[in-house]
Amino acid sequence: MLENIRLAFRGIASHKMRSFLTMLGIIIGIASIMSIVSTIKGTNDALRDKLVGSGNNTVKVSLSSGGQELSIYDASSVPQNVQPIADETRQKIADLKTVKQVTLYNKRFVTDSSVFYGDNSVSQFNMYGVDDVYFDTVGYRLKTGRAFLESDYTLFRKVMILDQVASQKLFPDTDPLGKTVEFMGQPFTVIGVMYEPDDYEPDIQTVEDYYNNQDNSNGLFFIPKADWPIVFNYDEPENVIVKATSTDDMTTAGGAAAKILNQTITSTSDDTPKYQAEDLLGIVKSQQKLTAAANMQLIWIAGISLLVGAIGVMNIMLVSVTERTAEIGLKKAIGARQSAILGQFLTEAAVLTTMGGLIGVGVGVLLSYLINRFSGIPVAISIPWSAGAVLISMLIGVISGLLPAQKAARMDPINALRRE
Amino acid sequence: MILKLEHINKAYHTGKLDVPVLHDVSLHVEKGEYVAIMGPSGSGKSTLMNIIGCLDRPDSGTYELNGEDVLGKDDNALAKIRLMNLGFVFQNFQLLARETALENVALPLVYAKVPKKERRERAREALEKVGLGDRVAFTPGQLSGGQKQRVAIARAMVNRPGILLADEPTGALDSHSSLQIMELFQQLNEEGVTVIMITHSPDIAAYARRVCDIFDGVISERNGQVNAAQQAERKAEAEAEEALARMRQRSAERLRHGSLTKEEPS
Repeated sequence: MLENIRLAFRGIASHKMRSFLTMLGIIIGIASIMSIVSTIKGTNDALRDKLVGSGNNTVKVSLSSGGQELSIYDASSVPQNVQPIADETRQKIADLKTVKQVTLYNKRFVTDSSVFYGDNSVSQFNMYGVDDVYFDTVGYRLKTGRAFLESDYTLFRKVMILDQVASQKLFPDTDPLGKTVEFMGQPFTVIGVMYEPDDYEPDIQTVEDYYNNQDNSNGLFFIPKADWPIVFNYDEPENVIVKATSTDDMTTAGGAAAKILNQTITSTSDDTPKYQAEDLLGIVKSQQKLTAAANMQLIWIAGISLLVGAIGVMNIMLVSVTERTAEIGLKKAIGARQSAILGQFLTEAAVLTTMGGLIGVGVGVLLSYLINRFSGIPVAISIPWSAGAVLISMLIGVISGLLPAQKAARMDPINALRRE
Repeated sequence: MILKLEHINKAYHTGKLDVPVLHDVSLHVEKGEYVAIMGPSGSGKSTLMNIIGCLDRPDSGTYELNGEDVLGKDDNALAKIRLMNLGFVFQNFQLLARETALENVALPLVYAKVPKKERRERAREALEKVGLGDRVAFTPGQLSGGQKQRVAIARAMVNRPGILLADEPTGALDSHSSLQIMELFQQLNEEGVTVIMITHSPDIAAYARRVCDIFDGVISERNGQVNAAQQAERKAEAEAEEALARMRQRSAERLRHGSLTKEEPS
């Protein structure tokens, strides 16, 4: 085998121009496939980063009805047949293999009340009642002040954390920390201002996205979950956010959590909302499929050039076999088996196309960077695809070398020797 | 008996015509013999050599090599026999132009699956034996004809076969190189290698200890049991050749004397 590879390199080196031209078909084919794949992967990675966020891996599991997230905006819109989540249910979700962390929260879109500080007020906003791991799970950070402590919950302290929008609206000139605001007739002390470190642009694709974004545009308000019944007079059903162990586990984690939660809902009436996990990954995947499908035709076209390249290799190998008739005859005369001759020519074809494949991958990578540089389309080099491309090139060599190699192996040594 | 061919018949089928090449050829060779097979071109001597060399199969007859029937074997088994028992030397050397002398000589060892280090050692030894120890890294293009043929002999002998088959080994060489090759054959034969050599040159055949003539596909032993018909045929042939020679001589003389008139020979 090693001897065959050595011979193959010597053969290729002795016909540099011819070998290069033969490889060219493979180089062009592989390079175009590589750059197309890099573009697809680049676009898909960008899509995924934008929608899913990089490294956060959180999935919202919220009460939904008719496929839409249930919006609670006043007492009458609170579903009566869903209970708050019990500790053991929470534990069950936390014990899931795909789940790293769980947080429970209440959420209301407040339309019938406002938060006041002096002359300033904010209305039409989302109020969150959160547990002590919420910020950590979702990935919110504090800009100033402190987070909720365990004692805030046990002592039912009326404390509040704002986002920067709300803070700007209520305290345009003063430091919000330590100030007391009024909400639903209750005084709340502002203990912190939070921000989202992953500053992503909202991806608005549906009407629902639009409203959600609208809801948050007036600012976010957080109070300890323990205060919720004090403010709103009732226990309300809770929503869940799970943090999956990896991005690929997001769909599984969300689905499993929703299933556990839905088992706790005993009511069977049609208007009972159900827990539903948002499937960001699923949305990303279906969008990625679209990009891939659009580019698939390009891959097929590139594949045709690869086919042409393969035919070129076969052609040159046939010429090479004819040229080397005497060599083949001699080798057979001195005792080479058919398989040895077959192996020699197959190896030569495979070495030729593998070299073409390697060069093609290199050119493809270069091309991808140029595409990115001059058109701004995101590209990402896929290592498995690169390795696959080289492997496929090798396979092309073996396949297109088969016919010429067989011709060589079956050559009659007497005729072969007589030729010269 | 190392070689035993009996009643070998071979014809080439070209279209509708069957051209007989070998007719009832029997040849026995003992181990350590040095046999020359002589014959003009078209006599079937190359076909006979191909059959002895397990490169071709006869239409009928039997062939035993080292007491083993070879005609019933498949192609791979024949390849192995060629590899282990036979060494080939050709008129036009048949060296691989891109490979060095050492690599050329080592080639049969590759097919015999000898490890690389041992291949190099044995190939070097074989080259030293033919007096080319200082030319191991030369490619055929850098060697003279005689040196090329010595590389070819080293290649033929590197697997230590019992039989050396040479097809016009000096056909492409000058007389000095031919002499060296013949000395080498002599030496190998003295070491116990059975040598079978095809030639059309009586001078070269004279080196062999036994000469067989082949003519129109019929083989006959010189200095031995030659049958009457063949003897008569040979005599007629010799006379014809003699007459031809006389005629040539006379024309040459006439040319020298300036007379260019055409004359029928008497």
